[in-house]
Amino acid sequence: MDQVILDIKNVCFRWKNSGSLLLNLPEFKIEKHEHVFLQGRSGSGKSTLLALVGGILVSESGTLKVLGQDIKNFTRSGRDSFRVDHLGFIFQLFNLLPYLSIEENVMLPLSFSSIRAKRAGRTKIDQFKEAKRLLKALALEKQLAEKSPVTELSVGQQQRVAAARALIGNPELIIADEPTSALDADLRHSFLELLFGECKKAGSTLLFVSHDSTLSDLFSRKISMDEINNNVN
Amino acid sequence: MVNLFIRSLWNRRGTAFLTIFSISVSVTLLLGVEKIRQGVRTSFSSAVSGTDIIVGARGGSLQLLLYSIFRIGNAPNNLSWESYNEFRNNKRVKWTIPISLGDSHRGFRVLGTNQDYFKYFRYGSKKKLEFSKGKSFSELFDAVIGSEVARNLNYQLNEDIIIAHGTGNKSFLKHEDRPFKVVGILRPTGTPVDQTVHVSLEGITAMHIDWESGAPPIEGENLSSEDIMNLDLKSEEITSFLIGLKSKIHAFGLQREINSYKEEPLSAIMPGVALQELWNILRTAETGLRVISWFVLFAGLLGMITALLSGLNERRREMAILRSVGAGPSTISFLLIFEAMVLTFTGILFGLISLYITLYVSRPLLETYFGLFLPINPPSFKDLIILGGIILTGMFMGVIPAFKAYRQSLVDGMTIRL
Repeated sequence: MDQVILDIKNVCFRWKNSGSLLLNLPEFKIEKHEHVFLQGRSGSGKSTLLALVGGILVSESGTLKVLGQDIKNFTRSGRDSFRVDHLGFIFQLFNLLPYLSIEENVMLPLSFSSIRAKRAGRTKIDQFKEAKRLLKALALEKQLAEKSPVTELSVGQQQRVAAARALIGNPELIIADEPTSALDADLRHSFLELLFGECKKAGSTLLFVSHDSTLSDLFSRKISMDEINNNVN
Repeated sequence: MVNLFIRSLWNRRGTAFLTIFSISVSVTLLLGVEKIRQGVRTSFSSAVSGTDIIVGARGGSLQLLLYSIFRIGNAPNNLSWESYNEFRNNKRVKWTIPISLGDSHRGFRVLGTNQDYFKYFRYGSKKKLEFSKGKSFSELFDAVIGSEVARNLNYQLNEDIIIAHGTGNKSFLKHEDRPFKVVGILRPTGTPVDQTVHVSLEGITAMHIDWESGAPPIEGENLSSEDIMNLDLKSEEITSFLIGLKSKIHAFGLQREINSYKEEPLSAIMPGVALQELWNILRTAETGLRVISWFVLFAGLLGMITALLSGLNERRREMAILRSVGAGPSTISFLLIFEAMVLTFTGILFGLISLYITLYVSRPLLETYFGLFLPINPPSFKDLIILGGIILTGMFMGVIPAFKAYRQSLVDGMTIRL
């Protein structure tokens, strides 16, 4: 049972003011340790799907289970804490808070989730070391030593810091929403390799969303929005 | 979480400091107006602290208070020595102080009185008059000057002074033939006493000998000062007198008795009641000042809300990131209310600091130039209630941006919009 990380059945969603269904997902599953590449055009409902999984939005009907728990059964604040406890997010751009240091940005989820804080280390110092370890593993040793402000990092470096933040405290599912679309082709590959490596170490499952299918060969499974979404428009 | 809040605020410190500054200025103004109002009231009451009843010729009670104690305006009429004598010997009366006004010295009022003035007059918290130099008047042409007179005109003991007839600063008619000598200088009191030249009642009478029908004496026909010294001078009239009672219970009885005195139309007033009348008149002006300072404060808080609201758009990224790491919309709106509260609180803190610095710096000046004594004491209970109310108002106004942030973070979710 707990081998299924994400289990979607007959989920429908429409924006309040629009008549037509945006999402109609008869079935979509992600097994543990899978690295899934989800491809879709812009406007295909990718981001909405991620918001549903993250508990920011709630579906109209159907069941959406994350780690075997139906998101609908939570209260709003329950969904907020479930999100930080079990999910790590990486976005396309602007992932970091400019007023925090690199390490503080990485440790941000720990102050919202005691579960992940415990997994990252028993004391604050241990957690700090874990943040540094992740950053080093993601090839940011030099930036750490120089204590660079996050605003001075390159986009690629910022994305790696964001990856470290998603990975800290080993959440079960990492959701990456177009994290590489602002990177050059070379950087994309090295970013993905680092991300895969750390996901493996952390035992996390990866859901990677992008409109650009050139990267899909690196993933264990590739699927497109059109295959899982049944709405006709 | 607290660390996050502080860092986020510090990141926007420019706007934050401006907001705090505008709130602190308005808090200083609000409490400062209140302090000055209280200071004025205390100063006025302190000028008559020992007196139970003031008696003058029939007229308005406020007018009587103003000319007899505060040397403002003039008496409509004098009262006779007989009437004074009558009430001086009343069995309920403990002491009296006769006051004779009407002359001046270079803009400062001259007050004729007797030794009882130095014995019984009380100011502030029932304090007695004290001499910083010299002693009370004993000779006919002796004068005792208040501290402000001495400071302002740079007078020392044994200085000869000429008293002018009438109360204007540029009086043309002067008692030039009868100079007075300064024999005593009083210590500062923070009351109108500081701005008064005191002479004996006999001195006042002596000055006016030969002044037939208010005109200066004709040269050669006047008596010399030596001749006058030998005369047996008696005052026939005084301007008003102060009464101290054996027991305050008799105040109303005696007041009624004086007001219905058959021999001469007199007015008796209780200083506290007359002061109250004064406050009633001044209340409109006070209220006006207070309303203005409240509006200034309101503008300050409004500025804070504007800053928070306009900051929200720039903080969308911050909110989305916080949402992705588990912050709920309520956490985010709480952050904004908390921020409004912290800004208001800091503004109040700075406001208090600047108020006390201003008070401390301006106190000697106010005391010297306006005779206004502002006590520096910790914020009163009333002040604390006002300040608490301001924090609450600030928090309440913080609800507006908080509500907007709540809606915004619900709609945006984790989507980073710019």
